Amino acid sequence: MEHPIKLVCAGFGGQGVLTVGQLVAMIAMKKNYLVSWMPSYGPEMRGGTANCHVVISKDKQQSPIISNDMTHLLAMNQLAKDKFKDQLTQDGVCIIHKALVKQENYHHELAIDFSALASEVDNIKTANMAAFGSLMVALEIFDIEEGEAIIKERFSALDPKMLQDNIKAYHLGVDAARLAMS
Amino acid sequence: MSKILMKGNEAIAQAAIHAGCEAFFGYPITPQNELIEHMAKHMPRHGRVFVQAESEVAAINMVYGAAGAGGLVMTSSSSPGIALKQEGISYCAGAELGCVIVAISRSGPGLGGILPGQADYHQAVKGGGNGDYRVIVLAPNSVQEAADMVQQAFVLAQKYRNPVMVLADGVIGQMMEPVEISKTPIEILPKEWAANGNHQQRQHRNIINSLYLNPNELEAHNRKLMEKYKTIAANETQVELINVDHAEIGIIAYGTSSRISLAAIDIAKSQGLDVGLIRLKTLWPFPYKEILEATKHMKFVLVAELSMGQLVQDVKGVLNNIVKVGYYGRAGGNIFQPEELMEAIQTQMKEPEHDYYI
Repeated sequence: MEHPIKLVCAGFGGQGVLTVGQLVAMIAMKKNYLVSWMPSYGPEMRGGTANCHVVISKDKQQSPIISNDMTHLLAMNQLAKDKFKDQLTQDGVCIIHKALVKQENYHHELAIDFSALASEVDNIKTANMAAFGSLMVALEIFDIEEGEAIIKERFSALDPKMLQDNIKAYHLGVDAARLAMS
Repeated sequence: MSKILMKGNEAIAQAAIHAGCEAFFGYPITPQNELIEHMAKHMPRHGRVFVQAESEVAAINMVYGAAGAGGLVMTSSSSPGIALKQEGISYCAGAELGCVIVAISRSGPGLGGILPGQADYHQAVKGGGNGDYRVIVLAPNSVQEAADMVQQAFVLAQKYRNPVMVLADGVIGQMMEPVEISKTPIEILPKEWAANGNHQQRQHRNIINSLYLNPNELEAHNRKLMEKYKTIAANETQVELINVDHAEIGIIAYGTSSRISLAAIDIAKSQGLDVGLIRLKTLWPFPYKEILEATKHMKFVLVAELSMGQLVQDVKGVLNNIVKVGYYGRAGGNIFQPEELMEAIQTQMKEPEHDYYI
């Protein structure tokens, strides 16, 4: 990784965007990168907006707040995309939840319906794990197995069925992103 | 020991427990709630005292009592809550009681807002309590440093028998970073002065008090305190200097502002401008000498703070007529972007904005 990764995960409160950001931060920490995870903590609530900034760098301490140099955006609703897309760099990658966000078909946009992937595992709560899978592909610096391992670690207290569903959704997200990028 | 990903608030709480904090008294307020939650959950498990007081005023007075009994004691709050604690902090300083106060600052004045701010520089450094006293103020800029500094705060509080504040803004409290918390408890010093109920074992009663009705006695006490503050200033000033050796332009900042300043310095470098950073790790003692030394070859210094201009007053006090001093700040919970700092440097390095009222 030559340049720092500056990722914003944004969506409705309850969609699990803060969790996705945390999982990315946990993997980065395990790889001994410098990493910060900064949540929005205003009067957010379920159904309102929520976002987190994740900054990953090899060895140099960074600002935990992302300004106009965002390298990756995960937008789980239209508000999130509208709010943050202008902060993406020219080569920045935008991953959108196709069911809720208008597609623009520009070069670095990955449009995937994460709810549909979650429905495939018959567990709508896993949409954020599908998004996490797609994000892992887009980030390009981690192995896909590392994502599965971190899900197992983070959700070890979940019942086994929920954990399995999360892992399945994660891999569907990985496959969908690979297909979209090919 | 491996690193774990933790919020600043949780890391501070856990670091305090590992350092040996015996009693915590607090009252909830955003954005430091995870701190008190962590204490509520974990202090009893370690056989320590946790009390959610009925108010911030009650909490700081419980700190006074427990510190007077010789304990390693801590409280935490955020801006308006710290305002309520000021009387108690002055009493602790007057009675020479060491204690740790964690302030996770939001924006003000009054109830203000819950988003991060650095408008409590005056409150922390100059104090809102009465009388001639100083509070040691440590200002971390990362989760790791917040954990390290709270442990250091217990050492300093015990060593100098003085309140020590860890002042971090809401960003440091809320963000997660990898952290490795030292599990070594601090060394406990003997406390012959403590009012701990053991008077049968000594010849006299220990009294914890800040009331001196005889002016000569009080003046002697004031002089003694000032001597102590001089010793602290000589020994405990901390500053981090980045790229200051050749830079003709400097940024002075602390806490989250200093992290954003790092990004501004990178942008400056890409534009061919050499900018250094003087990061204050202690706000009191104030690093006068270090600032003078680091800026002696500089032509312009920008003070960057998330307030309408507080730290800049002290910097001007040091550098007045020596180096041009500019100021850039945001408030209300808004955080400046590195590009704004660059723009402020470009526009003010020729002619700083002079606000004579600050």
